[in-house]
Amino acid sequence: MINKKLKINIFKRASLCRHFEENVYKYVQKKIIKFPIYLSAGQEFIHATLSEIIRNILKIKPLIFAQHRCHSTYLSFGGSAEDLIKELLGKKDGCAYGMGGSASIHSPKIKMYGHDGHMGTQVPVGIGACFASKKPTIIFFGDAAAEEDYVIGALGWASTKKLPILFIIEDNNLSILTKKKIRRNWDMHMLARSFKMNGFNISDNPNEIIKYKTYFFKRPTLLNINTNRLYWHSGAGKDSDKIFDRYKFELKKMGIEGKNIDLKIKNKIDALWKKQLGKQ
Amino acid sequence: MEKTVRETIKETIRIHLKRNKGQVYGQCLTAVGWVGGTLPKLYEKDGMIELPMADVSNGGIVVGAGLMKKRPIYVIRYQGFNWYNCPMIINYACKSKELWKIPCPIFVRGIGMEGGVGPVAGSSHHSLYYRMPGVKIASPMTPREYISVYKQFMKNDDVYYVSEHRKSYDNSSELKDSLNHKKFDIIIFAISITRFESFKVKEILNKKKIKVGIANIVWLKPFKIKKKWLDALKKSRFGGIVLDDDYVNGVSKSIANDLNLKSGKTICAMGLRDKTAGFHKTVDNLPPDVKRICKQIETIVNKK
Repeated sequence: MINKKLKINIFKRASLCRHFEENVYKYVQKKIIKFPIYLSAGQEFIHATLSEIIRNILKIKPLIFAQHRCHSTYLSFGGSAEDLIKELLGKKDGCAYGMGGSASIHSPKIKMYGHDGHMGTQVPVGIGACFASKKPTIIFFGDAAAEEDYVIGALGWASTKKLPILFIIEDNNLSILTKKKIRRNWDMHMLARSFKMNGFNISDNPNEIIKYKTYFFKRPTLLNINTNRLYWHSGAGKDSDKIFDRYKFELKKMGIEGKNIDLKIKNKIDALWKKQLGKQ
Repeated sequence: MEKTVRETIKETIRIHLKRNKGQVYGQCLTAVGWVGGTLPKLYEKDGMIELPMADVSNGGIVVGAGLMKKRPIYVIRYQGFNWYNCPMIINYACKSKELWKIPCPIFVRGIGMEGGVGPVAGSSHHSLYYRMPGVKIASPMTPREYISVYKQFMKNDDVYYVSEHRKSYDNSSELKDSLNHKKFDIIIFAISITRFESFKVKEILNKKKIKVGIANIVWLKPFKIKKKWLDALKKSRFGGIVLDDDYVNGVSKSIANDLNLKSGKTICAMGLRDKTAGFHKTVDNLPPDVKRICKQIETIVNKK
C-alpha cells in the first residue's frame, strides 16, 4: 500500500498535469492554441505514480521516450511547465524551441527524447538508446502504437538482450475512436510474456502500479495499464460524459486535503498560463 | 600496392570499432563472407552488433544508438532494403538536430549491386534519402574517397548515407575528372558505378571525334558544382548528361536541373529505366552501360 506522504506527492503531480491540461483545453477552445493538441487528461495518474516511484523511491533518472499525449509524462518527470506553455504557444524558447508543438516535446534536463510523429517509433529508438548506453530506460506508448509491426519486432530484441527497460502501455482502449477489440484479439502483456519478458495487465490505480516496482529496470518489463482518455484524440472536446475520471475519484477520496492541494495547484498553473499569455 | 576499396572499408570499420570506440549494426554481419569482405572479424563484444530480421525496427534501434553518441555505422546489405530500413533514420535521425538540437549522427553503408538480383536487391537507392533535409549523401568509388567521407562523418554530426557499390570493391585506383580540353562536345556527370563506364565511353567516342569530358560526382548532397565543371559545361557544344545507378526519376534529374539552371545548357539524365527489374537477364533493369551511354550521346550530338 501507498503511505500518506507518497499518496499526496502522487496527487500533487497528477493535479499539476490535470490543471495544465485544463488550461490547454480552454485555450484551444478559445483558438489561442491553433495546432493539433493531444491531451493526456484522464491518464495522468500513470505518469504521476511512476515518476514518484522511479525518481523518489528507486532514485533512478531513466532515459524517457514517449510520443503524442505526453504532456503528463513531461510534467510528472520534472519538465518545466513554463517551457511547455511556451512550446504550445510556438515560442522559440519553448521546450522544443517552438518546433515540437504538442506531440514532439523533449527535455534534455529530464533525459526525455523527442518523438518524430510516427506512432510507436519511440519503442525501437528507446531500445537502441538503452542498448547503446546500458542506462535504465522507460518507454511510454499507447495500445494502438503497440500494434505497429516495428514495435513488436523491437520488443523481441529488447527481451533477447535482457535490457533494463520498463515499457508502459497507456491502454485507453482507443485508436482515435476505434476500440481495441475491433483491432485485435490479443493482449500486450501476454505478447510480452511470449517474448519471455515480464508482462502485466493492470489499472491506473496507484496502489496497483506500485506493487510492480520490484520489477523495474532489472530485466525488460511491460505494464499494460488500463486507463481512460478524458478528451478527444486530438483537440478540445469530449467523446462522452460517462468516462471514469481517476483524478476526480482520487480527489474525492482525499477529502478536504485533496481539495486544498487541487485549488492551490490550479491557481499556480492558471497564473503561469496568464503570465505567458500576457507576454503574447 | 594500393589498397582496394574493399580493404579500405574493412580497415575503416576496424578503426571505427577499435580506435574510435564506435559501433557497427546490421543483419548477418558475421555470416560467411563478412559483407563482401568489408568487415573485420569482430563480434558484439567489439561493437559489431547483430540485429534481428526486423528491418523497420532495426533502423530505429540504430537511431537510438545515434542519440547516445555511439556514431553507429549501419550496414544495409542491399540498397533496396532501405525501403524498410530507412524510415526512422530519415524521419527521426535526420530531423533530430533541427527539431530538438540533439544530433543523431549515423553512417549508413548502403551497398549497391545488380545483375540477376531482381526487383528489390538491385541497384542503388540513394534517391530515397535525397529528399529529406538533414542528410549528407556520398557515393565513394575509390579508397581515398571512402576515407575522406568517413573522416568528414567523424568531424560532423549529421546523418551520412554512403552509397557503395560492390563492383567498386576491387578498385584500387583514384578516378579523376577529365576536363583538360578547351572545348568539349558534351560533359558526363557520373555517379556511383557509372563512373567506371564513363571512362570507357570517353575512349570509344573520342575515336569517333566526339569530345567527352568527365566530372566525377562523389557528393550527391549537398551537391556543389565545381567551377571547373561549370566552365567546361558552359563551353561545351551540347551540354551535359548525368549518369546514375539509381532510378532515373530521382537524384540524377535533380542534379541535371541544378546544372541546367547554373549553366543554361541542356542536361539530360540517365539511370535505371522507369520499370521493375526481373531476375532473368532478359527482364533485368541495369544501370546505363557503355553501349547505352554512347548511343544516347551520339543521338544528342547528331540531332543538333
